[in-house]
Amino acid sequence: MCLAVPGQVVEVEGDDPAFLRGRVDFSGVRREVSFAFTPEARPGDYVLVHAGFALTVVDQEEALLTLEELRRLGEAVEASPETAEEAPTP
Amino acid sequence: MKLVDEYRDSDVVARLAAGIRRTATRPWTLMEICGGQTHSIVKNGLEALLPPGIELVHGPGCPVCVTPAELIDAAVAIAARPEVIFTSYGDMLRVPGSRGRAEGPAALLDARAAGADVRVVYSALDAVQIAAANPGRQVVFFAVGFETTAPGHALAVLQAAALGLENFSILVAHVLVPPAIDALLGSPECRVQALLAPGHVCTIEGSAEYARLSARWKVPIVVTGFEPVDLMEGILMAVRQLEAGQARLENQYSRAVRAGGNAPARAAVERVFEVTDRPWRGLGMIAGSGLALREPYRKFDAVARFGAGPEPVQDDGACISGLILQGLKKPHECPAFATLCTPEQPLGAPMVSSEGACAAYYHFGRKV
Repeated sequence: MCLAVPGQVVEVEGDDPAFLRGRVDFSGVRREVSFAFTPEARPGDYVLVHAGFALTVVDQEEALLTLEELRRLGEAVEASPETAEEAPTP
Repeated sequence: MKLVDEYRDSDVVARLAAGIRRTATRPWTLMEICGGQTHSIVKNGLEALLPPGIELVHGPGCPVCVTPAELIDAAVAIAARPEVIFTSYGDMLRVPGSRGRAEGPAALLDARAAGADVRVVYSALDAVQIAAANPGRQVVFFAVGFETTAPGHALAVLQAAALGLENFSILVAHVLVPPAIDALLGSPECRVQALLAPGHVCTIEGSAEYARLSARWKVPIVVTGFEPVDLMEGILMAVRQLEAGQARLENQYSRAVRAGGNAPARAAVERVFEVTDRPWRGLGMIAGSGLALREPYRKFDAVARFGAGPEPVQDDGACISGLILQGLKKPHECPAFATLCTPEQPLGAPMVSSEGACAAYYHFGRKV
């Protein structure tokens, strides 16, 4: 029930915050979404959408930073010969 | 898909698995709260990547599973009224109430088969639109969910009020996560040593409540996302804390969760709902664990409008969903699992919902 899917904001329109609506692109499929809770969202942003509502604007910088760190995880350990046999097995 | 595929990268998952193996020196039991996390763990086979001592038990984070049988009975009774268009998320349709099928419609799907106008909607705002388009009918929306879903339901009520709709109401079955975690961690049977907190609930509510729970019960709590990389990183962060003898709140899901949550969403919930005691199916009454409409929005309450007050009922004896929802038993340990109880003919809600632990085990073939 708490599933939320990231999509890219195409457009946001409306003046009354309770009725703020827009369209979000999910890998080519576009859906109408309420922006009542993310009035700060702008075209090009990624938002997490749950049951027709954009819940949060995804912090892309934070996302990239985390991924970069994780892609390097364990490299220092793998580089040392005595722990090399502990390298990950898929 | 951007911001999804990167978090399914098998190389990163393998690095995290190796990290967990290097970090864990003894057995630890972790619980993921959210049913969406359970499904991702089982579907992606993440437990097989963990060292044998690290056990994941599955939490009560499935709103459909914990909606009391008497509320399903009330929904079925309201849906059967000729003037009503009953709207719901698809998940709720198969969940049986307290009646056996021989006694009449047990689930909303049975009510529909018997002629009731039951419609699946994607969003609560769709139900508001149906009400606006059908002034001669009463449109009822089954408002089931946790903190993630509550703002949308609050907004539906605010829109209905703004539009002056007198033919729209909601049947409220809202539950709150922190009081349930508090009850769970306080139980003498509890063997959970660390928690993965539900990431999407925290996008709304923030993480302050979870910091308090972590301090109160001295357990590490990691706010965690839903993709394989998120879950493995959340587990690694929790195991690191356990091994270091720490117990604090950490946020793995920082790309989506801010400490203060979502202010406009919280304001909408605060305006429309108030906290109330609520029974959880399988777990019993938990104080302060539910939401109810507050004045002046009580006129949108379907129970008040139709007088179909829920009567408390006993759950079916064969189903052990209460133990499963508390993490005390696993689905395959239930004698009815995959025999008497299947997704087509479920005895309990965890076999129905796309987030139920029993459905996850059934669909992805996990038996041990």
